[in-house]
Amino acid sequence: MHAAVDPLLVLVLLLNFQLLGTSRLRSVIFSSAAQGVLLGVMALLVHAEVTAASVLVMVSTAVVKGLFIPGMLLRAMRDNAIRREVEPRIGYLPSLVLGAAGTGAALLFAGTLPLAAEHAGSLLVPASLATVLAGFLVLVTRRKAITQVVGYLVLENGIFIMGLTLLEAMPLLVEMGVLLDLFVGIFVMGIIINHITREFSSMDTARLSALKD
Amino acid sequence: MSPHLLVHWALVLAMPPLLLGLATKTKAAFAGRVGPPLFQPYYDIVKLLRKGSVFSRTTSWVFRAGPVVGLVTAVAATGLVPLGGHPAPLSFEGDLVLFAYLFALGRFFTVAAALDTGSAFEGMGAAREAAFSALAEPALFLALVSLARASGSQSLTSMLGCGLANVWAHAGAALLLVAVSLFIVLLAENSRIPVDDPTTHLELTMIHEVMVLDHGGPALGFIEYGAAVKLFALGAIVVRVAVPFGTNAWAAWGIFAAAMLGLATAIGVVESVMARLRLVQVPLLLVTACLLSGFGIVLVAR
Amino acid sequence: MTGLSLAVGLLGLSGLAAVFLNGSPRLATGVAALGAVAACAAGLWPAVSVLTGGPPLAMKWVSAGAFGDFELGVDPLSAFFLVPLLGLGGVTAAYGREYLLAYQGRKWLGPPALFFNLLVASMVVVLTARTAVLFLIAWEVMSLSAYLLVSFDDELPEVRRAGWVFLICAHLGLACLTALFLLLDQHAHGLSFSAFLSAPPMGAGLSAGLFALAVVGFGVKAGFVPVHVWLPEAHAAAPSHVSALMSGVLIKLGLYGLLRTLTFLPRADWWGPTLIVVGLSGALFGITLALYQRDLKRVLAYSSIENVGLVTVGLGIAFWGASRNLPAVAALGALGALLHLWNHVLMKGLLFLAAGSGVHGAGTRDLERLGGLVKRMPHTAAALLVGSVAIAGLPPLNGFVSEWLLYRGLIGGGSAFGGAGGVLSLLSVGVVSGVGGLTALCFMRASGVALLGQARSDAAAQAHESSAWMTGPMWLLAALAGAAALFPGRLAAALAGTIGQLFGATVRASATAELSGLTRLGEVGFWLWVALGAAWVALAWLVRAPAPEVGTWDCGYAAPTSRMQYTARSFSQLFEDLLPSALRARAVLRAPRSYFPPAGSYATQCDDPLTRGLYLPFIASWADRFARLRWLQQGHLHMYLLYILVVVVLALAWVGWTGGVPP
Repeated sequence: MHAAVDPLLVLVLLLNFQLLGTSRLRSVIFSSAAQGVLLGVMALLVHAEVTAASVLVMVSTAVVKGLFIPGMLLRAMRDNAIRREVEPRIGYLPSLVLGAAGTGAALLFAGTLPLAAEHAGSLLVPASLATVLAGFLVLVTRRKAITQVVGYLVLENGIFIMGLTLLEAMPLLVEMGVLLDLFVGIFVMGIIINHITREFSSMDTARLSALKD
Repeated sequence: MSPHLLVHWALVLAMPPLLLGLATKTKAAFAGRVGPPLFQPYYDIVKLLRKGSVFSRTTSWVFRAGPVVGLVTAVAATGLVPLGGHPAPLSFEGDLVLFAYLFALGRFFTVAAALDTGSAFEGMGAAREAAFSALAEPALFLALVSLARASGSQSLTSMLGCGLANVWAHAGAALLLVAVSLFIVLLAENSRIPVDDPTTHLELTMIHEVMVLDHGGPALGFIEYGAAVKLFALGAIVVRVAVPFGTNAWAAWGIFAAAMLGLATAIGVVESVMARLRLVQVPLLLVTACLLSGFGIVLVAR
Repeated sequence: MTGLSLAVGLLGLSGLAAVFLNGSPRLATGVAALGAVAACAAGLWPAVSVLTGGPPLAMKWVSAGAFGDFELGVDPLSAFFLVPLLGLGGVTAAYGREYLLAYQGRKWLGPPALFFNLLVASMVVVLTARTAVLFLIAWEVMSLSAYLLVSFDDELPEVRRAGWVFLICAHLGLACLTALFLLLDQHAHGLSFSAFLSAPPMGAGLSAGLFALAVVGFGVKAGFVPVHVWLPEAHAAAPSHVSALMSGVLIKLGLYGLLRTLTFLPRADWWGPTLIVVGLSGALFGITLALYQRDLKRVLAYSSIENVGLVTVGLGIAFWGASRNLPAVAALGALGALLHLWNHVLMKGLLFLAAGSGVHGAGTRDLERLGGLVKRMPHTAAALLVGSVAIAGLPPLNGFVSEWLLYRGLIGGGSAFGGAGGVLSLLSVGVVSGVGGLTALCFMRASGVALLGQARSDAAAQAHESSAWMTGPMWLLAALAGAAALFPGRLAAALAGTIGQLFGATVRASATAELSGLTRLGEVGFWLWVALGAAWVALAWLVRAPAPEVGTWDCGYAAPTSRMQYTARSFSQLFEDLLPSALRARAVLRAPRSYFPPAGSYATQCDDPLTRGLYLPFIASWADRFARLRWLQQGHLHMYLLYILVVVVLALAWVGWTGGVPP
C-alpha cells in the first residue's frame, strides 16, 4: 500500500468535518464530490501495481462520485431554486462535536478489531467507520431532501473505503455493482426530490410526515 | 554566543515587520493595486516611537503596562522557538507550556489596558479577544501536545528539531492535522481574516485593533511591533511543522527565512480570497481547530 | 507537639477572653487576634520542622474509655496542611480584626472572634487527630464554628439561607464520613488510625465502597461537583477574612481527609482515572460558573471549585502513575497537586482579602457597581491584580509553576500509559488548557471590571483605601506568591516527605530529581521580571513629554459616561452564549403589559444550575410527600412526650426481643 493513503484518508476525515460544520449547501455538495475524487485516487494507490482494471475503477469512481452525482445535485439545486442554507435540526457546533466523538470512537474501536496485519496500522478501517457515522449524522440531523442524498453518498463513501481493504480479494464486479447501486439510488432520490418539490413546493423532508394520515 | 544564536536574535528582532509588509503587499497585488512599500511597517513603528503621547485621565498604570507586557512576552516566546530546527536560545523540558502561557500573559494585560480606558468600544474588543483566545488556547495546546507525543519530548527544541522529518514519515497524517490546526490558531491569535480584520479600526466587528484605539505614540509602536513578533513566533512553529527540512546547517536558515516569507504570502492570499467570518461563527472555527489537533493526538497515541 | 498544644490552648483562651471582653470591641478583637497570631506562630515551628525532614511527632492526649485513647500526631501529610493553615490563619486573624471593627457598635464582636479562633483550633485538631472519634468531633466543631461565622450578617435573608445550606451539606457529608469510619472500624477492629493501617488486607469490593464514601463525604467539604452547592453561597456570605480561610484551608481539609483515608486502603488501578475525571469535571464546571457571576466573591468561590479540581487532577495523575509503576509521571502529578494546593492558599487568600478590602471600601460586591478602584484604592487594586494574574496560572507568578507541573504530568502520562489511557491523559491536557484559558477570561473580567475604567456607582466613586492592617496582610501574601514563583525548587523540596508518605519512596526519589527543573523555571521567571522592568523603563523613557490630560478618545465620542462602559455581563456574554441553556444565568423578565403598565423589570440570576435544576426540585417533591405526615405535628407538649415514650418502649422491646444488650 502506498504511503500517501493515510494522509489522503485524513483529508477524507477533514471533509467529513467540513460537511458537518458548513452552513452552505454548495459547500456540502463540493465536499462530497472531493471525497469521491479522493476515493478514486486511493483506489489506485491501494493496489500494489497499476492495472487496467484499477485505473478503470479509479476513473469511474472519480467521474461518478466526483462529477456526475454532484453535478446532478447542483442542477437539482438550480432547477428547484433551493435555498442555499443547510437547515440542520441541531446546531453546527453540536454536529461537529458529535462527528468528532464518533471519529474518536471509531479510531479507538478499530484498534480493538482483529484486523489483517497489513491493515492494522492503517487508517482505512477507522476512517471508513467514521465516514459511515458522519453519513448517518447528516442523514439524521439535516432537513432537506438534497442533504439526505449527500448523506447517503457519504455513507456509501464509508463503505467504499472499507471495500478498499478487500480490494485484493474482492472482484471488480462487486465494486462496480456497489457503484451501480448507488447510482440507481441517487437516481431514485432525484426523482423523489422532484416529486416532493412539485407536491409541496419545498424540499423539507419534515413535510413528508403530512403523508402519514 | 554562537553565530547561530546571533542569527536567531537578528531574525527575531528584524524580520517580523517584513511579514506584515509582505502580507499587505500580497493583498494589494490581488486587488490590482501597488500597495504600500514592503518596509512600511518598519517606517510606521519608527515614526510611532518618536511621537508624543496622550493618555486619557481615566487610565492608570495598567494602561501603560499593556504594551510593555505584550511586547516582552512576544519576544520572550520567540526565545523558546527553534527557528528552522536550530536549537532555541532557551529550552527545557516543558517549555511548550511556557510558550503558550506567555501569550496568555500578554493578552491579560492588553485586555486590562483596553478596559482601563473605560470605553465601551474597547471593552467590546477586549471581551471578544478574551473569549476567542480562550477557545484558541486548547487548540494550540493540543497541537503542541501531539507534537510532543510524536517526538517523545516536551521541549520545543527537540519537538521541532531534526527528528521532525522522521515523524512525518511515520505519523504524517497526524502532522497534517496539526499543521492545519496551528495555521487556524495563527490566524485567530494574530487577528487576521477570517477571524478579524487587521486593516480597519472602525467597524463594530473588529477585535484586536479596537482594543488599542486609545494607545498612541511609543505605546502604539510597542503594540504594533509586539503583534508582528507574535505573528513571527507562531508562524515559525507552523513553518517548521510544514517544512521540516534542513539539518543544523546554514542552508536551514535560508529555507526557514524563505518559508516564513511563503507563510506571509499565504496569509495574504487567505485574506484576499476569503471573507471575514460572522462573529458567531468564529467559535465554530476555533472548535474545529481543537478537534483537528485532538485527532492528531488520537492518531499519534492510539 | 508542645507548640501545637500551646497553639490550641492559646486559640481557645484568647477566644474566650474576647467573649468576656465583649463590652470593649477594640480590646476583645485585639486580644483574640493577638492570641491567634501568637498561636499560629507557635504552631508553625513544629509543623515546619516535620515538613523539612524532622521526626514525626506523637502524643497521647486523654483516654476516652470505650473509644480508645485520643492520640495526636504530626506526620508529613499533616504538616503539609498545617503549614498553610497556621500561616493563613495568622494573616487572616490580623486582617479580620480590622475588618470586624467596621461593624463596631452594630454587632457584638466577641463571639465572631471566638468562633474564628475556634475554627482555627478545630482545624489544627482535625489535622493532628489520630483517632476516628476525635477526628469526627473536631470535624463537627469545625463545621459548626464555620457555620456561625458564615451567618455573621444574619440580618440578611440570603446569609441565613447560605448558612442553612452549609449546615445541611456539612451534615450530609458527616453522615458519609461516620459510615466510612464505622466500616473501617468493623474491618480493623479499632478506631485509631494506626489500627486502620495495620489491619489485614481488605477485599476489592469493600475498598471500592470506602473510596466512594470518602470521595463523597470529603468531597462535600472539598467542593467536588456535584456536591459543591454550599460553597459559593457560604463564601459569598461569610466575612472576607473567613472566606479567605475557608477557601484557602477549610475546603483543602476535604482533600486532607481523602488523602488520609486513601492511605488506609489498598491502592487500586482505577483511582487515578477516576480522580482525573472528578477533577476535570469540577474544574470545568467551576470555571464555567465563575465566568458569569455578578458577585465578586462568588466568582472567587467558583474559582476555588475549579482549583480544587485541578489539584484532584494532579492527585489522579500521581495515583495513576504510582499504580502503573511510572514514578516520573507520578512525581510530576504529586508535585503539581501539592504545590498547586499551597499556591492556591496564597492566591485565593490574597484574592479574598483584596476583595474584602474592596467591599469594605466601596460598599458592594456587585461587579456592575464597582469600577475605577485602581485610582482610589491603589493597594487593594494592585493586590487583586496580582492575585488574578497568579490564579490565571500566568508566568511569572506562582500559579504558573504548579500548572506547569500538572501539564507535564499529563503529557508525560500520555506518552507512558499508552493506549486509551494515554489518549485520555493527552486529551485532558486540552481540557486543562481550556480551563486555563477560561480562568484567564474570568479574571480579566473580574479584575478589569471591578478595578479599571470609571466607577459604575456613586459608592464606588467614593471608595476609600483600607488601613495598613488590611493592606499589609495582602502585600505579605502577594510577596509570598511572587517568592513562591521565584524559588519553586526550594518550596517543592519541602514536599518530599509528604510525597514519600503518600506514594512511596521511588516516587519521592523521582520528585527530588525534578527539583532542578523547578529551580530552572524560577530563574526563567526572574529573567522575565527583569525584561518586563527593562521594557517598562524603556517605554517611560520614550514617553518623555508630559502627557496632556484628556478624556478617553473612544473614536471621537465626546461625552462618554461610566454607564456606557462594557459591563461584566456583556464581557462574558460571547462565551455564555456557547453554553447549553441549562448552565446559563437565568434572565427574569417582567415585561410591562396592558395600557397602563406597572413598572417592568429585567434581572439576571446567577444561582447554581445544580441547585436550581436538581436539588431544589428533588427536595420539593419529597417535601410534598412529607407534608402528609403533618398530622403528627400536633403542637401539644404532651403529645411529643408520648412520642418519646413510644420510641423508648419500642427500643426496649426490640432489645428484649433480640436477646439483651451485648456485653
